[in-house]
Amino acid sequence: MRKKIVISIIVAALSSMFVLSACKGASATDMEQRTLTVLTHDSFAISETVIAQFEQENNVEVNFVLSGDTGSALNKIILTKDAPLGDVFYGVDNTFLSRALEEEIFESYNSPLLSEVPEQFRLDDQNRALPVDYGDICINYDKSYFATRNLTIPQSLDDLLKPEYKGLLVVENPAVSSPGLAFMLATIAHFGEDGYLDYWRALKENGVVVVNDWSAAYYTNFSASSGKGPQPMAVSYATSPAAEVIYAAEALEEAPTASIIGEDTCFRQIEFVGILQNTPNRDLAEKFVDFMLDVSFQEDIPLNMFMLPVNRNAQLPEEFVNYIQIPDAPAALPYEQISASRESWIEDWQEVVLK
Amino acid sequence: MLHFTKRRIFFLLGLITTLFLAAFYVLPLGVILQKAFEGFRAFLLVDGLLKKIGSPLVFTVYQAGLSVLLTVVVGLPTAYAFSHFDFKGKNFFRTAVTLPFILPTVVVAAAFNSLLGSNGWLNLLLMRVFHVETSPLQIMNTLIVILLAHVFYNTSVFVRVVGAAWAQLETEQEQAASVLGANAWQRFYWITLPLLKKSIVSALLMVFLFDFTSFGVILLLGGPAYNTLEVEIYLQTTQLLNLPLAGVLSVVQLLVTFLISWSLLRDTHTGVVTFLPDVKNERIKKPATGQQKILLALLLIFLFLFFVLPEISLFFRSVVMVDTAGTAKFTADFYYELFQNTRASLLYVSPFRALKNSLSYALVTMVLAGILGVMAAYGLLNSKRVKLLRALLILPLGTSSVTLGLGFLLTFTGVSLFQRTPQILIPIAHTLVALPVVINTLYPAFSAIPENLRDAAGNLGAAPLQILSKIDLPLVRRSILVSALYAFILSLGEFGATSFLTRPEYPTMPVVIYRYLNLPGVLNYGQAIAMACILLAVCALSMLFMERLLLKDKKS
Amino acid sequence: MKETCLSIRAVSKDYEGVPLLRKIDLDLHEQETLCLLGPSGSGKSTLLRIIAGLERADEGNILWYGMDISDVAVEKRNFGLMFQDYALFPHMNVAENVAFGPRMRGWKAEAVQERVEQTLRIVRMEKFRDRQVVDLSGGEKQRVALARTVAPNPDLLMLDEPLGALDKALRDELGQVLHEILRELKIPTVYVTHDQEEAFTVGDRVAVLNFGKILQLGTPEEIYSSPASLWVAGFLGFSNQVPARVIQRNPLQVSTSMGNFFVEHDSRERFAERDDVILVIRPEAIRSAPKMNGQNLLSGLIRDSQFRGDGYRLTLQMENDLIFHFHDTMRRDRGDRISFEIPPSAILCYPAHETEDHDRKAQ
Repeated sequence: MRKKIVISIIVAALSSMFVLSACKGASATDMEQRTLTVLTHDSFAISETVIAQFEQENNVEVNFVLSGDTGSALNKIILTKDAPLGDVFYGVDNTFLSRALEEEIFESYNSPLLSEVPEQFRLDDQNRALPVDYGDICINYDKSYFATRNLTIPQSLDDLLKPEYKGLLVVENPAVSSPGLAFMLATIAHFGEDGYLDYWRALKENGVVVVNDWSAAYYTNFSASSGKGPQPMAVSYATSPAAEVIYAAEALEEAPTASIIGEDTCFRQIEFVGILQNTPNRDLAEKFVDFMLDVSFQEDIPLNMFMLPVNRNAQLPEEFVNYIQIPDAPAALPYEQISASRESWIEDWQEVVLK
Repeated sequence: MLHFTKRRIFFLLGLITTLFLAAFYVLPLGVILQKAFEGFRAFLLVDGLLKKIGSPLVFTVYQAGLSVLLTVVVGLPTAYAFSHFDFKGKNFFRTAVTLPFILPTVVVAAAFNSLLGSNGWLNLLLMRVFHVETSPLQIMNTLIVILLAHVFYNTSVFVRVVGAAWAQLETEQEQAASVLGANAWQRFYWITLPLLKKSIVSALLMVFLFDFTSFGVILLLGGPAYNTLEVEIYLQTTQLLNLPLAGVLSVVQLLVTFLISWSLLRDTHTGVVTFLPDVKNERIKKPATGQQKILLALLLIFLFLFFVLPEISLFFRSVVMVDTAGTAKFTADFYYELFQNTRASLLYVSPFRALKNSLSYALVTMVLAGILGVMAAYGLLNSKRVKLLRALLILPLGTSSVTLGLGFLLTFTGVSLFQRTPQILIPIAHTLVALPVVINTLYPAFSAIPENLRDAAGNLGAAPLQILSKIDLPLVRRSILVSALYAFILSLGEFGATSFLTRPEYPTMPVVIYRYLNLPGVLNYGQAIAMACILLAVCALSMLFMERLLLKDKKS
Repeated sequence: MKETCLSIRAVSKDYEGVPLLRKIDLDLHEQETLCLLGPSGSGKSTLLRIIAGLERADEGNILWYGMDISDVAVEKRNFGLMFQDYALFPHMNVAENVAFGPRMRGWKAEAVQERVEQTLRIVRMEKFRDRQVVDLSGGEKQRVALARTVAPNPDLLMLDEPLGALDKALRDELGQVLHEILRELKIPTVYVTHDQEEAFTVGDRVAVLNFGKILQLGTPEEIYSSPASLWVAGFLGFSNQVPARVIQRNPLQVSTSMGNFFVEHDSRERFAERDDVILVIRPEAIRSAPKMNGQNLLSGLIRDSQFRGDGYRLTLQMENDLIFHFHDTMRRDRGDRISFEIPPSAILCYPAHETEDHDRKAQ
C-alpha cells in the first residue's frame, strides 16, 4: 500500500510539474506587451541577446514556431492561410519562392533596409518576400582522404564522371532533401533540362551514392565527419567546413574539409522572410522584418544558422573568412522555372537514378 | 434513479474512450481527408495513378511481412527463455531488448552505422581477419538493414506480450500432453502454440502495423530506393503538397490496416482459452540440464550482440574522440557541451529541460492511455461486435503520423485552449498511438477472467465498481502495468507526430537529438550521441524502477 | 499371487525445504487398484507425479517390472495420469482430446478413430465427440478426462482425486461408473483420494499416507477393522476416544472415567500395567450387543438422533460428559437415557504418547 502511495505521489508531482510549466506561458503577461508569432523552418536559430534587444525596444514577446523543413513549413502555412498560424514567416527559399508567391500568403512590405541588400538577392520586385540570408550548396570533400591518396580534387561537374572518383560521391534525394534538390538544380542549370538526365545516368554509372537526407549523407556516408563513412565527397553547405572548425572537439588550425567551387558545382540558395496576410500585428511585423535585415541580426546569422548575411554591411566572423570558399558564379535558375518544373524534374530524376 | 448495472457501467466506460477517439482521431482525420478530396476530380485523371499507389503498397506489405517473420524467429526463443528461466542478469537483458523501442531512428542509424557501417567495428574486424582492403559488408541502405532495424525495434513488443502470456500459461495441459506421449516439439506444436495463439497474433499484429507505418527506418536507413506508403504520404504532403494523392494513400493505408486487423483478430476470437492468470509462476526455474544451459547461453550471447552492442558502441561514441593524428581519446566534452549554451542561442534547450519535457509527456501519456485503455477493454467486454471494434480501435496505429499531425494542426490551432497550451496536444497525440497497444494487451487479459468470478462477487454483495477494483484489476494487474510501461516508452521515443506539434520551448529529447544531427561539426554530432545516451539511460532507469516497484512480487 | 509391476523404493522428496515424502516403499500388483488415501498436503499427488515422471524424487527409485525407470522420460513411460482438474486441452474438442494419446504414440488414423469411439463408449460420452471441451459440465469433463487417459492403452493408470471436483450426487453416481470401468479395464491402477469411503469402495488395497509416510497398507477390511494408529483411526472417522490406563495386561483391561473395560488384546502393541492408553470405540459398537456378563457397560443421554437413510446417527452424552457418536439401526428418542454393552472387539486401544515415528508400519 505504501508503495502505491509513493508511486501516486511521484506521478502526481511530475504531472503537475508539466502542467505548471505549461501554464507559465499564460501567467504574468504585461497588459501592454504584445506577442509576435514568427513561423520558421527547423534550422532557425538566434542569440538570446540579439532577440532580447528587439523585444525590449518594442515591448513585445516574440514566439518562434519551428515548423519543419522548408517545404513542410511552407505547405503548412499554405494549408492554413485562411486562419494563419502566425504573423511572419521566415524560411521560404528560392526553390519554393514561386509557390509561396502564387499562393499569396505574403503581404508586400517595402522595408527601408532593402537598400543595404545587393540586387542579386532581391528576387521579388514586389517585396512580398524579402531576402534575409543566402548560402551555397556545394560538394564538401575530405582533405586528408585526397591528400593521402594523392588524388586530384575534381574541379567541375564533368570531373565527377572520371573513373578515379567512382563511388566517392554521396548526394541527397532531391525529392526529400533541400541540399539534394539544390545540387540537382545545379546540374540542370549547367546541362539544361534536356541534358541533365544524361549527366545523372553517367554519374550513376560512376557509382554515385544516394541517400535520403542530409544527416544520413553527412554523418553516415561522409568520411570527414564523425560518422567516418566511405565517401570522401558529400553534397553539403559551403559553410560546413567552418562549422567543422567551430564545433571541433579540439582546436584545429585547418578545416578538415573544403568545398568544390568550380563552374556550376554549387547552387545558391536564398532565404526570405515575409509578412503573412491578414496579420493583426502588421506594425510589429514590419519592425521585425526591419530587424532581420539590420546589421545586428545579420551578423548573428552565420554562427547560428550557418548561412551568410545579405546586408552588405554585415561582417563575417573570422572562421567564416578563413575556412569557407565562396564561389564566384554559383549556379542559379529563375525561381518561376524552378516552381513550375520542379516536380517533373524530380520525377524524371527518380526514374533515371533510383530505378 | 440510474441503476448502475454492470452492463451499463461497461458501456459508459467504453463510451468515454470512444468520445476521446472521436474528438482526437476521427475529427482531425476527417478534416485532412476532406481537404485532400477537395481537388479529387482533377486528381483522378492523373495517369499512372494505380502504379503510384500500388507500388509503394506492395513494397510496404512486403517489407513489413518479412520483418514480422524475422521478429518471430528472434522473438519466440527469447520469449521462451524469459518465461521459463531465471538467470543472472535477466532484468538487464529484458531492459536491453526493450530499449531500442525508444530510440529515435536517427540514433539507431548512428548506432548501426558505428557497428555495421563501412568503417564500423564489424567491418574493421572482418577486414583484419580476412586481410581485405575494402569493407566486405555493405549493408547500409539496403533492405537488410531495414529488416534488421525493424527486428531491433520489434522484438521487445513480441517478447513482452508473448512472454507474459507464456509465463502465465498453465503448465498442466503440457504435463498431461507429455504423459500422453508427446515429446517437447509435439507439446510445443499441439498444445503451447495454440494456447499462445491469441497473444502471438496480438503481438504480430502490432509489430506488423509498426513496420507497416515505419517511417524513419525506411527513410534514413533504407534510403531513396525504398518507398513505402508512409514515406510517400510524407513526400506528397509536406514536400509536394499533393494532398489528394496523400489522402488516397492514407485511405489505402487505413483500409489495409483494417483488413489485416479484422482478419487476424476474427480468427483468434473464436473459442478458447479461458485460463486463470496463473500467479504461481511455476514455469520459471533455473536452467537444469546441460543442454538448457548451453542453449540459454547461446541465446544470451546473441541478444547481447544484437541488442546491447549497438547501445554500447553508441556510448563509446559519446565518450571517445579521434583527433587529427588519428588517436582515440576519452573525453567528457560532448556531455559537457550539452549542458552549455555556448552560442547563447535562444533556442538552446538544456538536457534537463528536454528530459523533463519528455518524461512529463510520457507520464501523462501513460496515465491517459492507461485509463482510457482500461475503459475501452471494459467497453469491449460488454459489446457484441468485438472483432469489428477491435479492428477499428487499432486504426490509429496504422495511420500515418504525418496525416494525423497535419490534421491536428488544421483542426486544433484555432481552438483557444490549444493556443494557450499547445503542448497538451503532444501527449494526446502520443496517447493515440499508445492506445491501440494498450487495448490490445489488456483485452485478452480481461476477457480471460472467468465470468463466474465476477458473478460470485456480485452475489456476495459487491457493487459493480467494487468488482472492478477488487476482482478484475488485481488479476490483470500485470497486463495493465506492461501496457502502461509501453505507453510510457512509446511516448518517450515518438518523433513523427511530435515534430509536427512541438513548440521550441517544449521540445522532447528526440526532437533535440534530431536538431543536433542536422548540424555539421564533431561537437554537434557528439552532443547528439551524448543526448541519445542520456535518453537511453533515463529510459532504462525508469523501466527498471517501475518494474521493481510495481511488479515486485514477480520473479520474472 | 499376483506379480508386482510397479515398485516404489525408498522415495523421498522435499518441498521448499520441508520433507514431503520420506522413504516411501510401495508395491503395486498387476490388475490391482491401490488407493492412496490421505488428507490434503500429504504428498499423494506428488507421489503420482513422481511415478509419472513429471517430478524427480530426491532419493529412491521407481521400478517397473524390476527395471529402474527413474531416468526414463515422461513421454516414454506409457503411464496414464488423470489430473485433478482434468487438464483437458481447451482448444480441442472431445474427440481430439481423446485421440491425442494414440496419435502421439503414432497409431494409424483408423486405429485412432476406432479407439476414440471405443473409449467414448466406455465412458458413455459417444454423443459428445464433436463438442468443445469448454462447453462441458463438470461430470462430462471428468468422463472425457478418463477416456483420454485410457485411450492410449497405458500400462499403468493413475487417477488424482478423480471425483474431487464433483458434488455429492455426481460423486456417488460417477464413483460407481468409475469402479466398474476400472474393473473392466484390468489395468493396474493407483487411485488417489482423501475420501475414505471412496477409497474403500474402489481400492483392492489401501495405503494410508500422511506425515510423509505410509501409515498403513492393507485391504479396506483390514484397515477398517484394525487401524494401525490413533491418527489412522481418527482419519477413518473413529471419533469416540477416551483416555485410559492399563490395569491388567492379559486379558487387557483398562480403567477410564466411564468405568473399566475389557479390550481385545491388540497383538501389535505390548502394553504394561499402568501404561497410559487411549481407547477408541467403534461407531457401530452399539449395534451388536450380545448379552455378556455385564462387562463393558456404557450409558449415555441421547442428545440427537439423525436419520441417515441406512440407519441413525446417535449423538450421546456419556457419563463423563464426553460426546460420542454411534451408528445404529434402531430409532431412538431424544432425551432418553440408554445403557448398552459393547464387545471387547469393538474397542481399539492405542498408546497415549504416539509420535510419528511410532506410526510406521508397512507390509
